[in-house]
Amino acid sequence: MKAADFAYEKPVDLASALDLLNDEDRDIQLLAGGQSLMPMMNFRLAQPELLIDLNGVDELNFIEEEGEVITIGAMARYSQLQASPIISQHVPLFTLALPHIAHAAVRNRGTIGGSVALADPAAEMPALLIALGATITVISKSAEREISARDFFIGIYETALGNGELVKSVTVPKAKKDNVYGFYELTRRHGDYAMAGVAIAAGSIDPVSDLKIVLFSVSDKPRRLKDAEAVLDGKDLDNADAHASVKRALTKFEFQGDLNADAKTKQHLAGVVIKRTLEGMV
Amino acid sequence: MTGPLNIFDKPNSYIGRSVSRPEAQRLIEGRGQYVDDLQLPRMVHAAFARSPYAHAKIININKSEAEKLPGVVAIFDGADFVDHVSPYVGTLTHLQGLRSPPQMPLAIDTARWQGEPVVMVVAQSRAIAEDACALIDIEFEPLEAVCDAETALELDSPVIHDEYENNRAWERIVDSGNVDDAFARDDVTVVERTFNFARHTGVTLEPRASVVEFNPSENALTYHYSGQAPHMMQAILSKILNLHEENIRVIAKDVGGSFGIKIHLYGDELATAAAAKILKRPVKFVADRNESFVSDIHARDHRVKGRIAVAQSGEIAALEIDDLTGIGPYSMYPRSSGIECNQVLNLTGAPYAIENYRAKGTIVFQNKNMMCQYRAVGHPIAMAVADGLLESAAHEINMDVVEIRRKNLFRDNNYPVTTAAGMKLDDLSHQKALEKLVSFMDYDGLRKDQVGAREQGVYRGIGFVSMVEVTNPSPMFYGIGGAPISAQDGATVRLDAAGALHVSSSITEQGQGTNTIIAQIAAGVFGVDMDRVKVTTGDTATTPYGGGTWASRGAGIGGEAVLLASNALKEQVLEVAGVILQSSAENLDIEHGLVVDSENRTERISLGDLGKIVYYRGNELPSDVTPELIATRHFRVTDIPFVFTNGAMAAHVEVDIETGLVKVLDFWAVEDCGRVINPKLVDEQIRGGVVQGIGGAFYEECIYSDDGQLQNASMADYLVPMAAEMPDIHIAHIETPTKTSVLGAKGAGEAGTGGAPAALMNAVNDALRPLNTSIYQMPMTPQRILKAQGTV
Repeated sequence: MKAADFAYEKPVDLASALDLLNDEDRDIQLLAGGQSLMPMMNFRLAQPELLIDLNGVDELNFIEEEGEVITIGAMARYSQLQASPIISQHVPLFTLALPHIAHAAVRNRGTIGGSVALADPAAEMPALLIALGATITVISKSAEREISARDFFIGIYETALGNGELVKSVTVPKAKKDNVYGFYELTRRHGDYAMAGVAIAAGSIDPVSDLKIVLFSVSDKPRRLKDAEAVLDGKDLDNADAHASVKRALTKFEFQGDLNADAKTKQHLAGVVIKRTLEGMV
Repeated sequence: MTGPLNIFDKPNSYIGRSVSRPEAQRLIEGRGQYVDDLQLPRMVHAAFARSPYAHAKIININKSEAEKLPGVVAIFDGADFVDHVSPYVGTLTHLQGLRSPPQMPLAIDTARWQGEPVVMVVAQSRAIAEDACALIDIEFEPLEAVCDAETALELDSPVIHDEYENNRAWERIVDSGNVDDAFARDDVTVVERTFNFARHTGVTLEPRASVVEFNPSENALTYHYSGQAPHMMQAILSKILNLHEENIRVIAKDVGGSFGIKIHLYGDELATAAAAKILKRPVKFVADRNESFVSDIHARDHRVKGRIAVAQSGEIAALEIDDLTGIGPYSMYPRSSGIECNQVLNLTGAPYAIENYRAKGTIVFQNKNMMCQYRAVGHPIAMAVADGLLESAAHEINMDVVEIRRKNLFRDNNYPVTTAAGMKLDDLSHQKALEKLVSFMDYDGLRKDQVGAREQGVYRGIGFVSMVEVTNPSPMFYGIGGAPISAQDGATVRLDAAGALHVSSSITEQGQGTNTIIAQIAAGVFGVDMDRVKVTTGDTATTPYGGGTWASRGAGIGGEAVLLASNALKEQVLEVAGVILQSSAENLDIEHGLVVDSENRTERISLGDLGKIVYYRGNELPSDVTPELIATRHFRVTDIPFVFTNGAMAAHVEVDIETGLVKVLDFWAVEDCGRVINPKLVDEQIRGGVVQGIGGAFYEECIYSDDGQLQNASMADYLVPMAAEMPDIHIAHIETPTKTSVLGAKGAGEAGTGGAPAALMNAVNDALRPLNTSIYQMPMTPQRILKAQGTV
């Protein structure tokens, strides 16, 4: 299990990284935390010609509070997010979810930008960003643009990133007083990819407003359960119909099975995680 | 059996004490010497192109692009080894009728499982060798694969080996008493179940690894081996590579876990040895995790149909099982792939006094990786089937699951006995173990908690197993069947001129603490402090001949050899001391490195001084005294085929019925492994075994697609048990020493793995009972538990 031959560059600033990335003739991969890419390269599932190591680009590693938003540099590691007072004060959904992302050793290396750019349908972070209504800032040598999380994730390992672009940062709104969040996933062992998981954000809970229910690890990408969101809007969650309406919405959702749970099991477990999460939010 | 029983009561005895492992410091400092740490001059590295198909004809192999790659030293396909390697057949004559075609290190003409090595590349680095593998163009013609053991014997199934008329490898029937009459009795309740045990594998921290050197000037081969049986490897390499046995040296230094995985002959490792001989330079092969999953032996893979008849009194009237197992395309060499099925037949119901027992075992070939002996061979299947049926039957007749065991377990005061399958049992304590377990775990309290929990909608269950474990095997295990596998072991104990003891033993250390217990026995029996004992294991050039460490035999057989040799050396030393001190040897003893007066324990001479007289100033001794400060003894079990142990275990689980996830709340094991040499090491063996049992019960499964592709060949997808999910595992002991040895130690290495799955399955079914459902399929995954309930 040795990676195929590749060229390696380790730029020390963003401009140099973008210069290197601005090369349409070469198959390039960016190395962030390496927790997915390195195994994929060793399995030879990824065989880039050039590996650009971003671990020397300090300007991509930051967590900043600015007005009503928090902006997180692509190279901020999960362990930094867990330790950040800014995150614990303003992004409670992250605080709920981070302990469930793999194990401490992975969180010490894994970065938010790496997870976003990889777009693994089983990963937690893309779902959290959709639930929070986050914006992803991407940059190339020639331009910088913002993409909403909802439009960024396209499919299995597929994103809106274009040629020559990399994820620069992620911007999430600060939680407001009435906002309520929930996170729950079912894994066979702690730290595994979930059989089913959900991130839920609500503008308020009693009654429900601005609800976002984002299922992950059940389909080709994290997806909102909009039918259920619409039914629950304006209601009180103790309402006996709430769970029935979620179940109805799930019948229309397209589930994709994996080795641990087939599509039918995922549908059932999605219902369980939503029910338990909503119960915890009341 | 007679012996100097006082050795266990001596003031400086280490037997029975939780001594720390002398080598632990070295290993945690990262100074272990594993095979992959070896760097030899002129060494080259091997990688293998493996079959991507479960079954395919090999039409053509084009090596030309790979050969051009700089750094490639040699490329071998199967045909290239034909003149260098003799074919080998994985059968044993005492498993009458077992058949398997000859094997070669690499596939020739046809590949028969996904992962079978087809082409070997030797290059200046492993990375270059892998690059070259990617450039080899192998043209395959896929054939229909035989994957499902259930259909492998059907008339329209493809046949894997042209020389055979079907895919049957072996069949055995045990029929004892009158089973049909017993099932027909009108006063019995009959319970019938089908059990499924998935394939899993032993995931060693250190993968399989070999570095092989060949010295053409001496026609000698040195095999650096990560494994458990150096002398067995020496014998089979001699035969297959046509070298004199004495010219093969097998060295196993530190081994990072083995569990029965590294005790077989693998084609890729044999190819490594053959390549070293052909190239006349050292070749290294270290399996990566991915190829370990597709080529390390798998285990289990059984479908057992079982039925039990019990009278209203709880008495087992009859037991019948039908075991079907798939072993891959060949029977593994040299231990064969027949032993696990054979064990299932021999051991199912073995703790219980059953007169009427019938068992049928069928082994079929299939296009999957080879199946062979892994920790607790056959035991988890045998115990889960018997105790699964027994607990089901207990509920049918409304009897407590402990009570039904009390009625059927062999009585403690009635040994020796012979089981229905013909196993001779002696020195066991089933009833005592069960009673100790029941009070140890507070069974009554747990039952009360269960009722209370159910009122809250929480589904907890308690499950048991009463088990036996095959340990300390005699030659009846392998030697009788023609395999070059020794059932006896030897130890040499030598006193040096400084008064220190050097022990070399033919048993091996794979991380379980073998070297520690060797030192404990030698130090205690002979009479020096532990820190004055140096232990050598794992080298055919420097240790006595013996079988190694497997089948829970190291402590019981190898330990007894150390005891006998230490005792012999002590007598020899005291004889010399008697001459020097002009005293009778009977009036002397050895303690803490000193020869002492046996009555008042005062020092007479230190061993260092004695050594110096013998080795340097022999002139001070009378000329007719010829001191031998070295002694060798060997030991084998002679009176019975196996020294069985017994245990009673219980699991307490909570099933989340909405998700199918199971939390193991607690686990208890009461084990009787005879004399406990080192309680801490024995406890850890049992705990580690229970953890592997939890793995088999809930997590581990080699998942194959219908066309024979292993779907989860990585640590992300193959789930091994992890610390976060493990319960507290409580251990207690009963010590009934075996009469077959002075030491009295039986094996303890496999009990946890053998017993835990049964207790866990029974506990899950106990939890599910109010829902009128049950599960007899391992691993018990969330999805399977949901399916059992009809939820999904």
